[in-house]
Amino acid sequence: MRNEMEIIFDAVSDNESFARVAVAAFVSHLNPTLEELADIKTAVSEAVTNSIIHGYENLYGYGRTDGGQQEQRNVPTGKVQIRCVLEKDLLHIFVTDRGKGMEDVEKAMEPLFTTKPELERSGMGFAFMEAFMDDLEVISTPGQGTEVRMSKRLGVEEQIGSEA
Amino acid sequence: MDHMGSEDFQVIDNCLMIRLPEEIDHHQAGFISETADRHLLRKEVCHVVFDFENTRFMDSSGIGIIMGRYRKISCFGGKVYAIHADRQIQRILKVSGLNKIVEVLES
Repeated sequence: MRNEMEIIFDAVSDNESFARVAVAAFVSHLNPTLEELADIKTAVSEAVTNSIIHGYENLYGYGRTDGGQQEQRNVPTGKVQIRCVLEKDLLHIFVTDRGKGMEDVEKAMEPLFTTKPELERSGMGFAFMEAFMDDLEVISTPGQGTEVRMSKRLGVEEQIGSEA
Repeated sequence: MDHMGSEDFQVIDNCLMIRLPEEIDHHQAGFISETADRHLLRKEVCHVVFDFENTRFMDSSGIGIIMGRYRKISCFGGKVYAIHADRQIQRILKVSGLNKIVEVLES
């Protein structure tokens, strides 16, 4: 069975939770374990957050709060696209933006490396994607954008459990 | 999604207790860090306790929050604690290596 979905949304931090919940909902009929769902949500959250604050440098929502009352501002933003392809129990996730891209992808992927330490970015984003997904590939062109490709096989634990 | 308020930050003795929201991502990180720092400056606070009781999701933004607070208080001998962390939160703390600087208290 093959199944595919695509969503495109504004690159604002309000959409981070929407994005990860949407991807989790897409795979829910496979009855993934709580752990698998949490892994996917974390990885999607990292990729989408990267697109928003690094790709588009939309820092609204971060460190610009006023006692919790975030004023509504109309910030012109780019879009983030998520495409999910499910091939049987193998989930592919593609997170794409048309932001500023990266010169040095390898450097960016080093744990603890961040270009925004003043925002307390931990530099763990790619490390988390790597840790929680089976496979990670990052393609980036400066000035054109970035695509993060991740994949994860679902239901591995469950199969072992049901066969026993 | 739930939003945090000032009631989620309490100073008990010399500890700042922070009751974290259901989901910790970059969207809420700024508010948590800023509010925590205001308490760290104003009061006689030595230690910070992150209470994960209501938290079901955290990404690396949460790691940034914890690391940032740790940097601010550790030079004065303060400690950072995590309480009520479920399995998933504990995994995140472990993968990031934060369990080496944060004392995770089992409850």
